[in-house]
Amino acid sequence: MPGRPERRERFGATRALVLTGIAAVVVTLAVVALLVNIFQRKQEARNPFYRVVELTDDTDDPAVWGKNFPQQYDQYRRTVDQVRTRYGGSEAVPRTPSEADPRSIVAQSRLEEDGRLKTIWAGYAFATDFREERGHAYMLEDQTFTERQQVTKQPGTCMNCHASVYVPFKKLGGGDLVKGFEAMNQMPYFEARKLVNHPVACIDCHASDTMALRVTRPAFMEGIRALKASQGVENYDVNTMASRQEMRAFVCGQCHVEYYFKGTEKRLTYPWSKGLKVDEILAYYEENPHNDWTHAETGAPVLKAQHPEFEMWNQGIHARSGVACADCHMPYVRVGAMKISDHHVRSPVLNINNACQTCHKWSEEELRARVYTIQDRVFNLRNRAMEALVALIADIREARGRGIAEGHLAQARRLQRHAQFMLDFVEAENSMGFHAPEEALRILAEAIDFSRQGQLALRGVPVPGLKTGAVARPGEGTTPDRR
Amino acid sequence: MLRLMPALAASAIGIATAIGGYTFVYARGYSYLSNDPQACANCHVMDDHLRAWTRSSHHAVAVCNDCHTPPGIVPKYVTKAINGFNHSVAFTTGRFPEPLRITPRNAAVTEQACRKCHDAIVFAIESPPGSEQISCIRCHFTVGHLE
Repeated sequence: MPGRPERRERFGATRALVLTGIAAVVVTLAVVALLVNIFQRKQEARNPFYRVVELTDDTDDPAVWGKNFPQQYDQYRRTVDQVRTRYGGSEAVPRTPSEADPRSIVAQSRLEEDGRLKTIWAGYAFATDFREERGHAYMLEDQTFTERQQVTKQPGTCMNCHASVYVPFKKLGGGDLVKGFEAMNQMPYFEARKLVNHPVACIDCHASDTMALRVTRPAFMEGIRALKASQGVENYDVNTMASRQEMRAFVCGQCHVEYYFKGTEKRLTYPWSKGLKVDEILAYYEENPHNDWTHAETGAPVLKAQHPEFEMWNQGIHARSGVACADCHMPYVRVGAMKISDHHVRSPVLNINNACQTCHKWSEEELRARVYTIQDRVFNLRNRAMEALVALIADIREARGRGIAEGHLAQARRLQRHAQFMLDFVEAENSMGFHAPEEALRILAEAIDFSRQGQLALRGVPVPGLKTGAVARPGEGTTPDRR
Repeated sequence: MLRLMPALAASAIGIATAIGGYTFVYARGYSYLSNDPQACANCHVMDDHLRAWTRSSHHAVAVCNDCHTPPGIVPKYVTKAINGFNHSVAFTTGRFPEPLRITPRNAAVTEQACRKCHDAIVFAIESPPGSEQISCIRCHFTVGHLE
């Protein structure tokens, strides 16, 4: 049978050809897929910003800004998340909506967590309702419906930090931001509430034309001007004189600060003209007499510290190294070829990867352990400072009932005022000491000392009084002589 | 049909080669054989690292390859090939963790690279052979890419 081997040979050659063809097709497919992928990656590297709407200095609706900046807007909306960390963050607690308060979910009550707070704040609205803060998205809602609104009449000043007020201020002031600020401060809360629509929004930190960071709160402009004046810089204008990196902390410092309502015009004021340290703020309140309320159990004129994150951060190593709020709370994230600031503002502990590891080359477990070591220490001392203050309050109440020399009572009350403010300065500060660990521990230790001195003063023992900071050298400690 | 087979197979190979060649040029594949730091930032992932290098103390005396590849032609291109493959897979699939961390192998290469130039100064502080080496970049971590 001639030709058979030949046919077999041809069949083999055909099979080789077919296989080669198939292989070539597969390779072609793979290479085309790669080519398209490379094309996409190259496109990513081009300018990724598309202006689809015109933003003006009067656009306060963040959804409109979100059309031009969808990625940032998506992240911003995620501040509705409720996540706990060891010492902060909020837990979603269900509640039955009522007519006065339609919220079906709130954060856990701090007063229920720690009943000592009620004693410390006795007679103040905070002893009625005080919950863990939720994310930015809830600031307006939570402020509107807190029970504190029912036990006291709050002024429109509160809007400064619980709503997007830049545009409402301008409207109210006929184009003048500061005039609008002054007018809203003097309104009752619920009248001012009608003028605002959004929680903090894009326009509160960004200029609409350049997207540059911008301070919009007159209280911060005035506060930082007073602070800079105390450091020898006259007529400081934050929006023209601050660096970009400074602005990445200053825009947050518009609200995350200690403040009070000055005078009958309820002007929002940051007490910084002597400095940002707790002692300097207390000295300010001595010079510009102010008390937030009179303590119900002791009659002491007392002060409530509010979330002084900006001040505390300023005393810490991160501030000293030029690390701004946004570096840890809004770290850069890669989206395509772009790096953008993460507008999902949250605790860095929930985002150690981007927030810490960019600078600190350690594992997540190691970094988390470092944070919790600091916070555990501060929390322990905070509890002791609280015990000490509660003991002083009990002693003053008892001494009042018994009737003691007015001078001794006055001195004990002054010490209570100082101990309470310093304790609160750490307690109300939302980092459990992390923003400035040594400073937080110093403040608590001095608060404990003031409570101790207050108890001695009630017994008629002479005490050195209200010296804070670096006063004690060996041999001249603040322990009183017992004669 | 059978007669067309060789022609079909040949054109398939031809198309594969052409598209492959175009892709290679389009992706600047040839640049990876060079020493040009720009090649390392062909993918935008490395933009920041390249920028940071231009501001570092070493930008006038060392390029990427001086610190990120070992000495010797063969080890150099083996390292380039391993990294090139890993990086291509990572960048194409988009599956890589951030912030980027150097792999142990590459860290060892970089650690050795310091000694290419500075050996004469540092040999006296080296640990005995076999024990753990002192790491240069644990302290001098900004020499290559300024933070």
